[in-house]
Amino acid sequence: MRQAIYLLPLVLFLLLAGTIGWFMTKNEIEDRDTQALPSVLIDQPAPQFDLPPLAGIAPGLARADLGGRPALVNFFASWCLPCRAEHPILMALAEEGAVAIYGVNYKDPEADARDWLEALGNRYERIGIDATGRTAIEWGVYGVPETFVIDAKGRVRYRHVGPVLERDMERTIRPLLAEIGG
Amino acid sequence: MIAEIGHYALVLAFILAAVQSTVPLWGAARGDRRLTAVAAPAALLQLLLVGIAFLALMQAYIASDFSLANVAANSHSAKPLLYKITGVWANHEGSMVLWVLILALFGAAVAGLGGNLPETLRARVLAIQGMIGTGFLAFILFTSNPFLRVFPPPLDGAGLNPLLQDPGLAFHPPMLYLGYVGFSMAFSFAIAALIEGRVDPAWARWVRPWTLAAWSFLTLGIALGSWWAYYELGWGGWWFWDPVENASFMPWLAGTALLHSAIVVEKRGALKAWTVLLAILAFSLSLMGTFLVRSGVLTSVHAFATDPQRGLFILVLLALTIGGSLALFALRAPRLKGGGVFAPISREGALVLNNLLLTTATLTVFVGTLYPLVLDALGGGKISVGPPYFEATFVPLMIPTLIAVAIGPMLAWKRGDLRTALARLRLAMGAVLIVALGTLALADADTALAALGTGLAAWLIAGAAVEWADRVRLFRMPLAGFLARARHLPRAAWGMTLAHAGLGLLVAGITGSSAWQTERIQVMQPGDAVELAGYEVTLVSVGEADGPNYTAERAQFRVESGGRLVTTLAPEKRFYPVEGRQTTEAAIHTTLLADLYAVIGEADGQGGWTTRIYHNPLVPWIWAGCLVMVAGGAVSLTDRRHRVGAPARPRPSPTPATA
Repeated sequence: MRQAIYLLPLVLFLLLAGTIGWFMTKNEIEDRDTQALPSVLIDQPAPQFDLPPLAGIAPGLARADLGGRPALVNFFASWCLPCRAEHPILMALAEEGAVAIYGVNYKDPEADARDWLEALGNRYERIGIDATGRTAIEWGVYGVPETFVIDAKGRVRYRHVGPVLERDMERTIRPLLAEIGG
Repeated sequence: MIAEIGHYALVLAFILAAVQSTVPLWGAARGDRRLTAVAAPAALLQLLLVGIAFLALMQAYIASDFSLANVAANSHSAKPLLYKITGVWANHEGSMVLWVLILALFGAAVAGLGGNLPETLRARVLAIQGMIGTGFLAFILFTSNPFLRVFPPPLDGAGLNPLLQDPGLAFHPPMLYLGYVGFSMAFSFAIAALIEGRVDPAWARWVRPWTLAAWSFLTLGIALGSWWAYYELGWGGWWFWDPVENASFMPWLAGTALLHSAIVVEKRGALKAWTVLLAILAFSLSLMGTFLVRSGVLTSVHAFATDPQRGLFILVLLALTIGGSLALFALRAPRLKGGGVFAPISREGALVLNNLLLTTATLTVFVGTLYPLVLDALGGGKISVGPPYFEATFVPLMIPTLIAVAIGPMLAWKRGDLRTALARLRLAMGAVLIVALGTLALADADTALAALGTGLAAWLIAGAAVEWADRVRLFRMPLAGFLARARHLPRAAWGMTLAHAGLGLLVAGITGSSAWQTERIQVMQPGDAVELAGYEVTLVSVGEADGPNYTAERAQFRVESGGRLVTTLAPEKRFYPVEGRQTTEAAIHTTLLADLYAVIGEADGQGGWTTRIYHNPLVPWIWAGCLVMVAGGAVSLTDRRHRVGAPARPRPSPTPATA
């Protein structure tokens, strides 16, 4: 029994190495272009939530605001570097006006979020403050950034993990929006 | 021609490393002194050969020999000489040669200074060093050879990423590598001890100074990297919990734990298997740091290599090294006889607590770093768990750790008395009370956490001071006696006092910068002014300024306080035409208590510029704290017990324990 404890580090290491190795080999086979992760919410109505606004920047965001027209719900935070990368791309889409872009500000001090949006520009129509991360849990968010495509009936149609880059916008998000917007 | 000599030297070094990793091991197992005697000269020759290769590469960079693919891809004739030299290791291939050079340096140190080590131990240690060298030299020669020629040679090179053309970053990799590779010493000694089946205090007395040296270099390397991020990236922050930062922070945490557990092995003969495991862990994390940064897993300025073949090679190297050493540990560690028994409340107990907390902290950083990477590998895209994760897991672990730092040294070995220890610390407790209450009274925002931070900082600094005063009997004996005691106080004790007080400065700096940072982001036209933390900052002008290999827009800010000119700040936005990239150069005015930090951004096309002005209280203390910690390490290294030949060890009878 006392001997077994000395085996523990090796066992843990092998488990970790095995897991990482499995992911790495698995991934060579799959097409990595799509950053779609399965979500139990796909084709389901978006979960219930009601988040306070970022005062002076945008009104708050609740479940009742979804539906009526296609929308993106983007989870972001000021401390998140990939969010900086996708921000101009999302804002450019918002500027076109066809799609509502809603933000959920994830675990961020309000002042930081405000400074960040003031520095980078805000085109979010509504922003909900998810200070506790509770809403993110409801949506099954892994981390920021994540973006959900919501159709006119308020159903989740697509989940994108990681920053929405030009490529993702052109290849997946825009075609999907065209499909559900028409 | 010179490049071919370098290439040839690397090939010879590879073959020699293969010899060094096998022959002495075989000799030690058979007790054949003719074979073990191969180790030391092989290690010295190794340094010579790798040194030749490194100098050959450096010559190619200084002479801008663009017939070498590596030089053409990473250098440019118009680059300042300093960055031609540092350009050698600012790319993947060259940095690997630097890694091996430092490894050879440490190997040669064991060969040259290890005359008082038991013959078989020294042979085995050098053999393990040889194995690491074999792996890395094979990696360089087969996947990352810096000496490959390109024909026809280009007229000029592609240049070096301008973010890396900076004094802070020029010396960051060598320091970091001295730390990473320094842990290879502890690792080689640990593996040799497992093979020998014996860990004695003499072993710990050898491992400790090398671990301490590696730890000091790593501390300096991390501090340099963080300082660079602070003034070069222009975001006013100094630590981002970025995977690359975490990659160097994990070996530091494990190394700090190792440093402390090695004390228990040396003084009390306990915790042997644990110390060996920590040595394996610290070096494994160092290897992983190299891998994380070098394999292109991370796409940032650090990811120079994006070749999957390289990634696979490093991965196999990692799996063999870590898996092999842990398998050996599982087989042999049960034989390591534990020594002294101790009560939970004792110096040993405090060091065990330190170890548990530090390894748990390492684990939390590990999870927070690897989880996004694994998710990315799964096809989930790059996400960030970010500061909220680390603030929720790492920070709470640090609070008991920091509290224990001051109490540990007050406890006696074997069996301590917590009440006496705390009674001796009552002055420090008073300091904590004053500082924490002062913080609550003075500050307005985030007070509870800020008071906790400043209180902990006061606890560490005052605790270190009280412990020192206790040792030298300050105010309790005549001045002459006190001075004599201070003079005779072991350097290692001075080192501990400095390192713990430096940690206190660091905690104060972290607290100040996270609780009281203020920033103003706005569009300013020349003549506009902003108010910030009692300063009035006026944009005077924005003009052109040219450097050796860049053009820049330079802003002039006038900083006034109460109508009196304090300083002028001149931040720049540089454009490097060769590389086609921009960098920001923050302008910083420091008062030692706070930094005023200005950055200039994009022009708005209507005569205005985006500007960011930060007031960062106590940030200079972060670097000061790191430097004091490094000084503590350095002072401790001069302790006479660590010196070569100092108190002659009883020579253990050369019984091969493995027989």
